[in-house]
Parts: sequence; C-alpha cells; structure tokens
Amino acid sequence: MLIEKSAIEIAKEIKERKLSALEVCETFYNHCKEENQKTNALIRLDERALEKAKLIDEGKVTSGELLGVPIVVKDNFCIKGRETSACSKILEGFVSPYTAHCIERLEKQGAIVIAQSNMDEFAMGSSNETSAYGPCKNPIDLTRVPGGSSGGSAAAVAQKMAPISVGSDTGGSIRQPASFCGVTGIKPTYGAVSRYGMIAFASSLDQAGPLARNVNDAALALKIMIGKDVRDSTNIDFDFKSHKETKNKKYKVGIIKEFFESDLQPEIKNGLDNMLKMFKDKGWEVVEVEIPHTRFAIPVYYLIAASEASSNLSRYDGIRYGLRDINIDDGRSVNELKEFYKLTRSRGLGNEVKRRILLGTFALSAGYYDEFYIKACRVRRLIFDDFQKAFQKCDHIVGPVTTHTAFKINEKNDDPIKMYNNDILTVPASLSGLPCMSLPMGKDDLGLPFGAQIISPQFEDSKMIEFASQVEQLFVEGGQI
Amino acid sequence: MIFKDKYKVNIGLEIHAQLNSKSKCFSSASTEFGKGHNNHVTLICAGFPGTLPVLNAEAVRLAIKTASALNCNIQKTSIFSRKQYFYPDMPKGYQITQFEYPIALNGYVDFYLEEEKVRVELERAHMEEDAGKSTHYGEYSLINLNRAGTPLLEIVSKPIMTSPQMAAGFAKTVRQVLRYAEVCDGNLEQGSMRCDCNVSIRLKDEEKLGTKVELKNINSFRFIEKAIEYEVQRQIQCLENGEEIFQETRLYDSVKNKTISMRKKEAANDYRYFPEPDLMPLQLEEEFINRIVSELSEGPIVRVERFVQDFQLSLEEALLLTSERELSDFFEQTILKINEPKMVSNWLTGEVTRLYNESSLEDWSKIPFSADTFSNLLNMINNNEISGKIGKEVLEEMWKTSKTPQEIVQEKGLSLLSDENKLQSIIESILNSHQDKVEEYRNGKVKLYGFFVGQVMKETQGQASPPIVNKILKEKLK
Repeated sequence: MLIEKSAIEIAKEIKERKLSALEVCETFYNHCKEENQKTNALIRLDERALEKAKLIDEGKVTSGELLGVPIVVKDNFCIKGRETSACSKILEGFVSPYTAHCIERLEKQGAIVIAQSNMDEFAMGSSNETSAYGPCKNPIDLTRVPGGSSGGSAAAVAQKMAPISVGSDTGGSIRQPASFCGVTGIKPTYGAVSRYGMIAFASSLDQAGPLARNVNDAALALKIMIGKDVRDSTNIDFDFKSHKETKNKKYKVGIIKEFFESDLQPEIKNGLDNMLKMFKDKGWEVVEVEIPHTRFAIPVYYLIAASEASSNLSRYDGIRYGLRDINIDDGRSVNELKEFYKLTRSRGLGNEVKRRILLGTFALSAGYYDEFYIKACRVRRLIFDDFQKAFQKCDHIVGPVTTHTAFKINEKNDDPIKMYNNDILTVPASLSGLPCMSLPMGKDDLGLPFGAQIISPQFEDSKMIEFASQVEQLFVEGGQI
Repeated sequence: MIFKDKYKVNIGLEIHAQLNSKSKCFSSASTEFGKGHNNHVTLICAGFPGTLPVLNAEAVRLAIKTASALNCNIQKTSIFSRKQYFYPDMPKGYQITQFEYPIALNGYVDFYLEEEKVRVELERAHMEEDAGKSTHYGEYSLINLNRAGTPLLEIVSKPIMTSPQMAAGFAKTVRQVLRYAEVCDGNLEQGSMRCDCNVSIRLKDEEKLGTKVELKNINSFRFIEKAIEYEVQRQIQCLENGEEIFQETRLYDSVKNKTISMRKKEAANDYRYFPEPDLMPLQLEEEFINRIVSELSEGPIVRVERFVQDFQLSLEEALLLTSERELSDFFEQTILKINEPKMVSNWLTGEVTRLYNESSLEDWSKIPFSADTFSNLLNMINNNEISGKIGKEVLEEMWKTSKTPQEIVQEKGLSLLSDENKLQSIIESILNSHQDKVEEYRNGKVKLYGFFVGQVMKETQGQASPPIVNKILKEKLK
C-alpha cells in the first residue's frame, strides 16, 4: 500500500515515474483528513500541496532527494502564506510572510508540506494537552496522550499521514512523543539546524529535527535540514557526512547508571536488558558511565527554559500581529496601554505558558538572578562536563527515553511537577546540546510502544545515525519491533 | 546659587550616539533617516515570530572606532544581553544591549573649560540597539519602526563632574570627538546624540554620593547646563526644607525651564538582564582592533594643541578653529596655500564664521568655496590688489555666488587703484582745492595728513592703494 512506503521509496518511484506525485499527494491528503478525526494530530491541511505535486508530474520540478514526498510540519515552523500559530491563541490569524530555513531546505529537495501538526502551546508541555487547538490523542490508544510537545508530528507519522514529519525538541519534545507513538525521532546537535523561522521557546535549547517510521527516512530528512544559515548566529557550519564510522565497528556502548536506577516500568527495563544482551552477543562492549549531575537536570532545565521563554514570548503583545483584544467583558474597551497588554496576553496565552513566563520572570528578577538563573547555567555546564567525561569511556550512550509508556489524557494535568519530571531522561542531553534520538524498542503489556534513547558526542550526528541503523536492525532481527 | 557652598554636586552623563552604519545593528534594514514611516523595517526589526538577530560587523567597527577615540580599553570579549520591558515601539519586548561585559571600559575625555584643561573619566561604552518612535495623538498612538534597531554606543561618564558648565563642556567635546571620528553627526536636536544627566548633591564633608536623579529629554547643550542648574537648585531646596530626594527620572521642560518627575524608581522596571541566547559572545581579534584604531585620525584636543604649537595661535583661536573638524581641515588646507596662520585664523573665525552662522549649512564641509579659492582672496589682500574692507565684500559675494575672487573683483571693478599717474593727478587736484589745509600742514599741523588720505579714498571710492597714496602724498606735501 502506498502509505506504507518509506520516503526514500516514494521519492525514487516518483523520480522514475512509477508513481504519480499527485496520486501520492492525494492519497496522503485524504488519509490525513480521515485519520485526523481520530487523533487531532493535524490542525491545518495545506491544499496548495496538490498544486505542487502537479508541477512534479508536469515535469516542472524534476529533482530532489525527497521529490514529491509529503511531509507534516509542526505548527511552530513559519510557512509562507500560511497561518503559523505554535498552537497558541495569541498568534491567531498570524499568516507568516516567510518560511523557516529548514523547511525551505526540505522543500528544495522536493518535499511537499501537506499539513501543520498539533503541539503543546509554544512547545511547552509533554503531552500535547496545552494546545489551543485541543489535545492530540495517541493513535495507539486514543485515551492516552501522544507525548509532547511534538505530539502531532509523532502521531501523524505513526498514523502514516506522511512518511516524515518535522518536530522541535527543547527538553525532549521530539524523543518523548516518538517513544510514546512508536516512531523514530532525532534531535541533532544544538546548532546543527538553523532556528531561523522556528518560533522560539528556549533559544539555547531549541532544535528542529525529523520524525519518521525508520532510521533511514529520518536520517535523510535530517541530512537535508542541516545546513549553514547566516541568519542564525548559533548555527554551526559542520559537515554532516564527515564523521564516518569504520565498518563492523565493535562499539563501546555506555549506559547511564542514574537512568537505569530510575523508577522504570518493568517492560521498559526488560526491553533495555534485552537490548544490552543483543549488544553483547554481537561482541559490543557495554560500559557503565555516570552523569552524577542529572539529579539537578529538571530544575536546571525548567529555570533556564522558562527564563528564556519569559523573554522570547514578550513580543506577543498584540501590537503588530496575532490576537489583539480590546473589548472588556463589561462592554468597555481598553484605553490604556498596560490594560491592553494585560487583556491581550491574559486571553491569548494558556495556563502552562503563563506559568512558565511567571517562573522565568521570577528567576531573572533582581535579587534572584544569581540564585536561580546563573546557578542553573553553572550546573548546566557541570552536566555537559559529565557527558564529556562519559564519552571518554564509550562511543554512544543508550538508555530509556521515558520511565513509563504513554499516560492517560488528563492524568498529570493538575500536577505540573509530575508532568515536568516526565522529562527527566531527555533533558540532560538537551542541556548539553548533544545529538540524541529515540528509536522504537518494544511494547508494554498494553501494546503501548516505548523507545530506546541514543545520546552521542557533539557533532557526531551521522555516527549516531549509523549506530542507530544497526540497533534498528538488531531490533528487527530480534523480533522486538 | 543659594547654599551653594554648603553642598557638593556630582554629575554623570550617559550619552547615546547613533553609529552611522548603513544598515541596522542586527538586521539588513537601512538606517537612513526620515524616509517615510516604517519603510526601513525588516521582519527582524518588527520582531516577527521565528526571526533572529545577526550582528552587523560595520556597527562593531564603528563602536570600536568611537570607543578608542574616547581613549577606552576595547574588550576582546563582550556579551550582548537582553534588557526587558514592554513598550509598543520595542517590538521584541526587550532591547539587545550590553550589560555586564561591554565592548569598552574606562577611557577619558580631555577638554578646555574656560581655558583650563580638564579631564572627565569614563566608566564604559557599550553597544545597543535603538527603539522605534511612538507619536501620540490623544486617543491613539502611531509607531514608526524606522529607527528600531539602529546601532547605538552608550557612553557613560563617571559621576565626577562638579558643575553644569563642565557637564555641557564634556557633552560638547564628546560630540566633537564623534564628529572628528566620523561615526555620528552628534545632532542633539534630531536625536542622533542623546544625553541623560545623572545629578546628585551631598554635604561638603560627606563622603558618600547623594541620591541620584536622572534627567532626560535634553536636546541642546545650553539645556544641559540649564537643566542641571535647575535640578541642583531643586535638590538643595529639598534638603534645606528637610525633604527627601527620591531616586527618579525627571524630564526637562525647556519652555518652563524646570524638571518634572516622570517616574519614581520604586515603580520603575526591573529589566531582568540576561545574556542574549540568540547571539554568541562577541570575540575580537587584536589585529582587527588595532587596524581600526590605526585608521583613527587626530582628535580635537590634539589638534588644538598642535595649532597652538605649530602656528603660534592663541588657545582661544585654536579652540574656535577646531570646534568643527571640517573648519580646522579648511584652515589647514588654506595655510598650505598662504602661509599666514594668524591672518587665515582671523578671517575664518571672524568673517567666514559670521557668514556660516547666518547660513543654514549643515556643516563646514558644505561651504560654497574651496580652501584654494579662499586663499586666493587672502593673497589678493596681501598683495594690495584689494583692501581688507573690499575683501569682506568680495567674501560675501563668494559665499553667495561661488564665483572666484578674481571674477568678482573684475566684474565689480573693485581692484585697487595703483596706477601712479592716475593717483598723481587725483592727489594734485585734491591738494589744489585745499590750498589752506596744505599750508597749515606744512606749518606743522601734521594731523591733517589723515584728512588728505580720507579725501583720496573718498574720491576713489576706497579703491586707492594705500601704500601708493602714502608715497605720493608724502612727496607732494614736502
């Protein structure tokens, strides 16, 4: 069936004219429409996709590694001529006049954006429940969350709405939903993919990355998304392909002691044990490494991310674009600047976003800055150093993505700390800017998927992918997935 | 001032100078002034979602140039920070500025205050972006973002100035330095240079500085003096009445000549500075800094002292001549052609300055004749082709018409009458018609000599060449 095909297959067959791009596009488009009723993974379909597909069939566009491949893009990437809202009411009606750099790169390789996906508002959340467009549901169990914040992107790929989707990861926002939905998701090295055109949540952590049903598709998308962009000063010019691994390498795989000591669901623990056994059977070495400062990772992450967010979200003031609310409930309209700001932002921003703005504002305020923000930055550095030390002992680190499989919708909504702790295993790599990914590893007794997390040294994204390919192969051979 | 002897005054200035780069500090938008509302605005200037700042290398270059002209230490590493506050003409909700690690530290400015050389030390100079402009119309306000993102260098003095005159002198000198370095036109009225004054007073024997009040909205050097003068008096009055001085920002109203409280510090913003995560720390290589510093030309104080030394000008003259770089350049170009520093200086600071002040020229580089042409005029006077008086007339004509002095003299027939034969006959007929006076002169009333010269000048409409007239007259009156 067409929707089962990989991105690489589809692009190849379109190029060889075995498949019509329009037929591909229509099939996925219709599938999106139908499937979306179950999960609400998508918030906007892009009808322009069909026109673009026609151009390929007419021979007006002929090349590209993703020729005619439909992709789904998280709603925090600006797309020219399309409403882009980061699933926040405050950006209601904002039509972006430009396209994000990494999406532009995918489009240049022939990819066609067919839809924008649901997400937690401004990527703040781990369950996709903070979206102004309503929650997205987990396609494997509709009573559960797909994870977040890229919940829509993960669900869309799991539902085969597109072979590839684009997400963003600040503290686990690609890896955790990929794990919950049973797909592959990569967060590259911080600085690998230009952030230009990606609506900022926490500038020093945000990275775009792909999600797909297999490592190869995700790797291809990532390779295309990575590229020097002068418009992002934190973008690093590095050659993705320069890190080549030797054939039949006997890997030294690190496992983080602290991760394995955490309160893991038994099936996940078993999955990991199986994986390590397979490694050893293959003659790979498994070594234990320590990241002792992980115990501070959650508070450090939430202080830094919230501080940056409190500043990044200041621009949503109702003056230049988006929601502009001047009508007070009692029939009056505002006539004073402060009141105007208050009204627009009170109505435009959701509770979780407000909570983090308050937290960040507090952490940066006079008298608390050193105690919170600066201290968090220092500990962040210690976590980075821990990883540096760990990578002296191993090539890659593996471990769980989350302690448990997908939880129920509304299950953690009334306890932010519980929700935040959900990121405990993904946040350390984010704080260190390291490439990391989630690879489907198995299913629990309820049939809910969970992933293996791979964390690699800075800039070794392509080595990580090569390693992941081999692990994926082991899982397939072992019948684990 | 009343009670003046009882108190010490401390004044510190914060000067914002717009750096004249072609494009903005963090975007490619033009910085051109006054080209229609919101015409020089990119998505970055307007703070659109997903946009990021990119530092303009030219702005950095100009900042280094300015800071080294102010004798600052350029820092190899500086860090941009976000200063957060909400205002409609600040599109991102924060201003990108430098806080803990500015691009330049220390520094000083030397200048002459009533012929005495003084030095004002600087604390720092840092780069930042300008805000846009709001215009308020009763019910509504309009926002123009053309200025938003224009690069600024904020120059901060130590709070060590002790009089309003000193503060104004410092500000004027900073303007002069900016103009000499060609980094900013230093226009207070148009706001390319803005000056905030921090004023505090304390009892004569008190060690600690008093409570600081910040004065804003001062758009001329004269108002710097007047605003500070008023503020010092107000603060003295406060203390004398047993009232407290609040740390606050006050606006200067130049019409009423008073300062008005704008906001009390208690209610003021906590700017929540933190390092700008969208920009990497600014790392400068020594070679890069050195190259810029080496391109820097002589500053105003050095030029003043050189003029005094090399051309034997008085300090006052040298100060006048160097008040504007273009004027002093003009002076130097002129004396290459006519080596009469004193004469050139007199003409430039006298007649030419008068004409310049009466005109509406932007600056001295725009004067309607070249140093070459001007030196021709002075040479004609020196060679007795025209008198000094006629010279002034010719100068005015040069200013109006841009013609050469030769052309003007010829067209108007202003050249001196130095034809001896012609003057012989004119003088003879004058002496003939004043036989009685000639007699008196010869009998010893030598004062009458002036009368005869006057008669000749009257007859020749001032064009007679004085040395020839003297020669003939002396001979005839023997």
